[in-house]
Amino acid sequence: MSKRLLGLILVLPALAVIVLLFLVPLAASVVGAFVADGRYGLANFEKAFALYTQDIIFTVVIVSFSTFIIGALSTAIAGYLTLGENPRAVAILRWLYRWPMFIPFIVVGQVLRTFLAKNGLMNNMLIGAGLITPMQASGMLDWRGIVIAFVWKQTPFVTLLLAGAMASLDRGTIEAARNLGASRLRILLEIVLPQVATTLVVGLILSFVTMMSVLSVPLMINAQSPTMITADIAFRINAYGDYGVANALGLISLGVTACVAWIYLRQTMKERA
Amino acid sequence: MTALTHSAPSRLRFDLWWLPRGILLGLLAFAIFGPLANLLLWAVTERWYFPHTLPLEYGFSFWARVFSPRGNAMESLTNSVIVAILAVAVSLALAIPAGYALARLKLPLRGLILLVFMIPQAFPNLPVYVNVARLFYEIGLNGTIAGVVLVHVTHGLVFAVWIATAAFAAIDVELEQAARSIGAGPLQTFRDVTLPLAMPGLMASAIFVFLESLDEFTGSYFVGAPDVNMLPLLLYNAGAGGNYQVASITALLLLIPSVGFMLVVERFLKADVLSRVGR
Repeated sequence: MSKRLLGLILVLPALAVIVLLFLVPLAASVVGAFVADGRYGLANFEKAFALYTQDIIFTVVIVSFSTFIIGALSTAIAGYLTLGENPRAVAILRWLYRWPMFIPFIVVGQVLRTFLAKNGLMNNMLIGAGLITPMQASGMLDWRGIVIAFVWKQTPFVTLLLAGAMASLDRGTIEAARNLGASRLRILLEIVLPQVATTLVVGLILSFVTMMSVLSVPLMINAQSPTMITADIAFRINAYGDYGVANALGLISLGVTACVAWIYLRQTMKERA
Repeated sequence: MTALTHSAPSRLRFDLWWLPRGILLGLLAFAIFGPLANLLLWAVTERWYFPHTLPLEYGFSFWARVFSPRGNAMESLTNSVIVAILAVAVSLALAIPAGYALARLKLPLRGLILLVFMIPQAFPNLPVYVNVARLFYEIGLNGTIAGVVLVHVTHGLVFAVWIATAAFAAIDVELEQAARSIGAGPLQTFRDVTLPLAMPGLMASAIFVFLESLDEFTGSYFVGAPDVNMLPLLLYNAGAGGNYQVASITALLLLIPSVGFMLVVERFLKADVLSRVGR
């Protein structure tokens, strides 16, 4: 038996699982989005946009805003890990920032729901410290809660990728710029960041996709309108068994993700050309 | 005297720089550990309501309730562990041959095959799970342990295959050739030389799949519920019902293995394997 054939036979079972349990259902969701009452058409999309346009915009804005904050925070943390001059502060930061990374989204949802609530520990501590009065306390379990949950969970992941890329950079240019008197902020933004931009964008796109498909966080933190597309899909199925509109909403979220991936691909093409 | 006046300002400057540093690190520590502290407090709370800053009464009565033999928490815990172990077994059974082939044998379109395993992580998976549930319903897999295991395997396979491929690629081919040249057959060589050397990497991929499975919510929600209860579903239902104690205890049960793994991951994933992941 040739090595090629043997190799294919060994890989085939694993590939079959992905095809049968992911690609086939994915195709079913795409086709299903165009079937309403047994006929092909755009009825599901009309209904989806009529009912959920606000939620679609809400989702795109929330996820984009979270992605932006994740990018800024991870750049700051990874930058300090790379350029920080105080070894003790760098060590503390390195130990500190990773904690949320392996905490599951469902736990993040529960943890932040109790922390950010009107009577949660955060407000209690602010009141205890005399910073606000009990009358001023307000919960953050709306769009802010979702953004905080996403940023809290995803920043360490992007930071880890980014710090890894920054650590493998050539120190020579950094030292040269520093000898010329450039500030560390300027070195980070003008020398380090352009060289690791691809890593940052890949990390942010992976986070974007993850956030687009998380169901537990919107369900646990903010299930009232406006909410995220994922919560709407779950609602359509649990309350109405309405697979058509659910699939249409799924395809819309796939479309949003595809747009982001396309922007990234075009960017890398331009860089290589 | 001169030495003293020289050293004093520089030590003063050092201390002043710790002020902004300390404030920023303190804020970050608060942002990370504040919510976690809140979780720990809820897990040992008997009574706590607005406007009290801290719980009024501490105790473990909710732990007793969660771990009572009749409670549905034990059922969820058992289900979660069974599903996770089965998901690891199935994933490794698929990933060991696939990883070996991808690392050692000349495969056409090797890069593309590696990318295919990434697909379940790279697309929003909620619409897919919805249709998997529908498909499983038709063939009687919906609401069964086997159905949930299959969903978790699909999602975790990227870790299993990628890490297994890297683990096999990191092994020196000459060790296998040496075994073959002193008369070992291909299967014996694989069993006695290749597999033991790849074991730390395979352990790492097993732990990844185990944690993915333990923490997975969306697939279990659509394929498993309400027939197969899992820990994340219990957490969700307890939280939705306002029982923050049970929700927090469940969250803690899910959290401990995850954080524990974070602390030991570097022991299993050595740099030589890690640098080959995805290649």
